[in-house]
Amino acid sequence: MAKLTINGEPVEIDVEGATPLLWVLREQLGLTGTKYGCGIGLCGSCTVHIDGKAIRSCMVPVGSLTESQQVVTIEGLSPDGTHPIQQAWAELDVPQCGYCQPGMIMAAAALLDRHPSPTDADIDSGITNICRCGTYNRVRRGIHLAAQLREREKA
Amino acid sequence: MSSQRVRISRRNFLITTAAAGAGLSLGLHLPSGHAEPPAPDQAPEVNAWVVIEPDDTVIVRIARSEMGQGTLTGLAQLVAEELECDWSRVKTEYPTPGQSLARDRVWGSFATGGSQGIRGSHQYVREGGALARVLLIEAAAEDWGVPPGECNVSASVITHGPTGRTTTYGQVAAAAALLIPPPTIELKDPEDWTIAGKPVKRLDTLDKLTGRQVFGADLQLPGMLNAAIRACPVFGGRLAGFDDSRVRKLPGVRAVLRVDDNAVAVVADTWWQAKTALDALPVTWDEGANASVSSASIDRMLEEGLAAQDAFVGNHVGDVDAALAGAAKTVEAVYGYPYQNHATMEPMNATALWTPDRCEVWCPTQNGEAALEAAAEAAGLPATRCEVYKIHLGGGFGRRGAFHDFVKQAVAIARQLPGTPLKLLWSREEDMLHGAYHPITKARLVGGLDDKGDLIGLRIRISGQSILAAVRPGALKDGADMITFQGMLPEGDHAISYTVPNLLVDHAMRNPPVPPGFWRGVNINQNAIYLECFIDELAHAAGKDPLEFRRRLMADQPRSLAVLNAVAERAGWGTPAPEGIHRGLAVVKTFSSHVAACAEVSVGERSKLRIHRIVAATDPGHAVNPQQIEAQIEGSFVFGLSALLYGQCTIKDGRVEQENFDTYPSMLMAEMPKVESIVMPSGGFWGGVGEPTIAVAAPAVLNAIFAATGKRIRQLPVRQLG
Repeated sequence: MAKLTINGEPVEIDVEGATPLLWVLREQLGLTGTKYGCGIGLCGSCTVHIDGKAIRSCMVPVGSLTESQQVVTIEGLSPDGTHPIQQAWAELDVPQCGYCQPGMIMAAAALLDRHPSPTDADIDSGITNICRCGTYNRVRRGIHLAAQLREREKA
Repeated sequence: MSSQRVRISRRNFLITTAAAGAGLSLGLHLPSGHAEPPAPDQAPEVNAWVVIEPDDTVIVRIARSEMGQGTLTGLAQLVAEELECDWSRVKTEYPTPGQSLARDRVWGSFATGGSQGIRGSHQYVREGGALARVLLIEAAAEDWGVPPGECNVSASVITHGPTGRTTTYGQVAAAAALLIPPPTIELKDPEDWTIAGKPVKRLDTLDKLTGRQVFGADLQLPGMLNAAIRACPVFGGRLAGFDDSRVRKLPGVRAVLRVDDNAVAVVADTWWQAKTALDALPVTWDEGANASVSSASIDRMLEEGLAAQDAFVGNHVGDVDAALAGAAKTVEAVYGYPYQNHATMEPMNATALWTPDRCEVWCPTQNGEAALEAAAEAAGLPATRCEVYKIHLGGGFGRRGAFHDFVKQAVAIARQLPGTPLKLLWSREEDMLHGAYHPITKARLVGGLDDKGDLIGLRIRISGQSILAAVRPGALKDGADMITFQGMLPEGDHAISYTVPNLLVDHAMRNPPVPPGFWRGVNINQNAIYLECFIDELAHAAGKDPLEFRRRLMADQPRSLAVLNAVAERAGWGTPAPEGIHRGLAVVKTFSSHVAACAEVSVGERSKLRIHRIVAATDPGHAVNPQQIEAQIEGSFVFGLSALLYGQCTIKDGRVEQENFDTYPSMLMAEMPKVESIVMPSGGFWGGVGEPTIAVAAPAVLNAIFAATGKRIRQLPVRQLG
């Protein structure tokens, strides 16, 4: 039995503790926005936030998590798809196939929390997700645009 | 350029009255058919391409698949352009292959490959949109009792000029569906386009930002079970046996099953349970004759082919042997290109529901009709009793078009569980071990220069694998695989960019037992490297500027010359580059488009390569959505440069050695160059977009590396310099 807090809601799941968070999200909780890409923490398609940090959920045994840790998935990033990253992504038509994008967006959102005005070097070191369609340049522009949108929101 | 008058065949409006599925309804009625009123909750289908709801929502049917390349939006733009509908009210839907079968293939080909999505169907989808417009106007005119010629339409609103009366498409769609189409229609001059040709936003973006977009791997059906699979890692090997005594008791496990003659699957409540059990399952293989195949043994086959007497001829001009014998200077080089995996981010998957008299499959596929055929074959049922529901692909790149091994496996498992929906998902490791790999080839190139440094003879011998021989042997031409010669052919979609007075290009077909497949760009990837890098070698041997050397050979290819000149000018070729930066060029005609690139690189301490900028130009004839073309250029560079820098599947003991992204890396953000795109459609033809530019990234970078280091890299991948 695992007790978790997912997107602000407490949940109890009857599952083996060794099961990766990724598969609990996808198969027990129906939150399929978080994707399986490699299963070894390399591609970043499964990125979620745990206490605000971008974490590759395929590498997190669900038994290692506590109820007090806040897990946020792409479904919980914003109530209506209006997080500055999501707005910027829509404005620039960032996704191609879209499969890696939930992970990319979660990584970008965490980067923006860490670096409100990220430099290109911050983006280079902070975004290590694989996109085989090759959206990197729009992802970069999207992060810069999101930083501006967030500034504007604050102003 | 001018508008185009088109005669309408029956096919354009042939409709059956059978309900075609959710959201569809009545068809347009054949002249001899009887009218059936639409059900109250269903919107009328004006024709096969267009459904209009009473609230003016326009649903455009798209037969080709969306896998990120933007075809869904581009095709909808073309239909909407001719339809003159309100673009903000356009939605899309996929017709199913089963509906297509039942309706005499009214939507044409479903195949989404070869950069054909738009260039292969623009004509009939535009006709579909134009026909629907004519019928909708006619229905309004009939209602008003006025001549249709007095009516015009804009953004789904029909206006009767003399009286100013208006109505909307939604109000007349049901009546339009009953009308008989005119014998001819006129298509717009592309110069008058207002929706097509514009950088409109994609129709499929928003759901990809919130997790709402359902991919095949995400599909959930009531009562569905999940399967993980392992096929014999040695190509051609078989499943000898397995001991399921232990894993049958593991949590959630429902069954351990043989799949065809070469694989075993575990079926469980969840996929994680299935995979965990499969990892614990003792399996024995009959590895067969290929267990001794290695990269070294394959290389020996290719080396032998480089020198072999017999070869298929792809392009032959003049007398190359005499030209080389009489040349003032000859240059020779051998290049090689390895096996590569598509490595779509979403691993292969399919969901199947089988009963003794029907089989349904949900899957990401680049070719719905081929998926239906595969499903029917595996189901042991006629195709008319099967159906395939297409899902957006988490990447395709050619892997999900000609090959539906994952569909056959899913059906083979579902067949052992009648009435239970079954989702098969490959692990990344399975996906890496059972690809349809970019074929392996080598090339020996010999060029002859006269005493003025002009190219007078060029001999190219390609040795290696044929895709068609493995995948579509019926498409071989007297045994030759003409696709092998992409970018080196005398004419057509993949014609050589240069006029060389004495030229021979031939192919010694050597087919190792590793399954090859179509891989984004197909053979232009390596052929462009072979030719464009070798042309660079020749230019340097002649003591000439690589741009000038190319230009002298391109008088017969003005469009290719135009894209080359465009990148040279934008990149500042001939002017000094910033310190430490070096430039390289490449130009290719492929998939009917003319593309060129100028790369700027630096090679720093410890041979660290940095690709700073690539200027790219493409002339695809018509540019349906320029901002999506730019996205495709950038994306194709990531695919092409990942291949250049890292992509390699090596073979040991008859199997692929690379099982995940740790040993099969892909380019990351930090390595991505700035890309400047020049989209320069010159009209008069329709070229591809998704693939062509992939061909120029790698050779432009390799030529720039030579400029930086004076060293030629002739075997891919680069991995490390020095």
